[in-house]
Amino acid sequence: MTAAAPATVAVHVLLFASYAERLGFESLELRLPASETVAGVVERIRALPGGNGLPIQPLCAVNLTHVPLEYPVTAGDEIAILPPLAGG
Amino acid sequence: MPVLTSTRIDVTALLGSVQSPARGGIASFVGVVRDHHGGRAVARLAYSAYAPMVEAECARIIFEAQRRWPVAVALRHRIGCLEVGDVAIVVAVGAAHRDAAFEACRFVVDEVKLRAPIWKQESYVDGGVGWVEPAAVEPRIPAESAR
Repeated sequence: MTAAAPATVAVHVLLFASYAERLGFESLELRLPASETVAGVVERIRALPGGNGLPIQPLCAVNLTHVPLEYPVTAGDEIAILPPLAGG
Repeated sequence: MPVLTSTRIDVTALLGSVQSPARGGIASFVGVVRDHHGGRAVARLAYSAYAPMVEAECARIIFEAQRRWPVAVALRHRIGCLEVGDVAIVVAVGAAHRDAAFEACRFVVDEVKLRAPIWKQESYVDGGVGWVEPAAVEPRIPAESAR
């Protein structure tokens, strides 16, 4: 007999630079449905106070790698929502 | 050596780190803080970064460069508060011949700007601060990201 998949997963969300300023925090723990994608994480962050200043489709990374918005999240993921990059 | 540093970048040391008897050419790019942007006079700026991802992404960029060209690559990027004229980024590439050195150097600079999660906040001479936010560019998602 196999254990049932958990109904929700906990992930760690990071914000930086102008996005962290807009929302007033740099990190947040979120609990999500197990089938959620990065787009769903962005949607939840945009629903927070100050979050509507974020684009609908920002750059995102999961566990230090750029990913598309349809990327599925799994328990323990570190999800970073990245303002436009300006290095160099 | 980590890519990010909060202290002055030693350009000469970085050039030396890619030099060897087998390499006949070293190409370099040195990015320096400019005194103007978007028509405003810039007094200084502050770089911030998602440091663990900068290190991971830059390691991937260097790996990709070394897979395409027979080169040695050294890369440093400054973070923290910088004044006009301070060196912000240095890319040094050593190769047996100049074509590979020039091409790989350009590749590394372009990819860092496109992929490394680094942000820049300018302080203006006439007061105020502003985030530099280039028009968002779709990042190229590496194929190995697909789960």
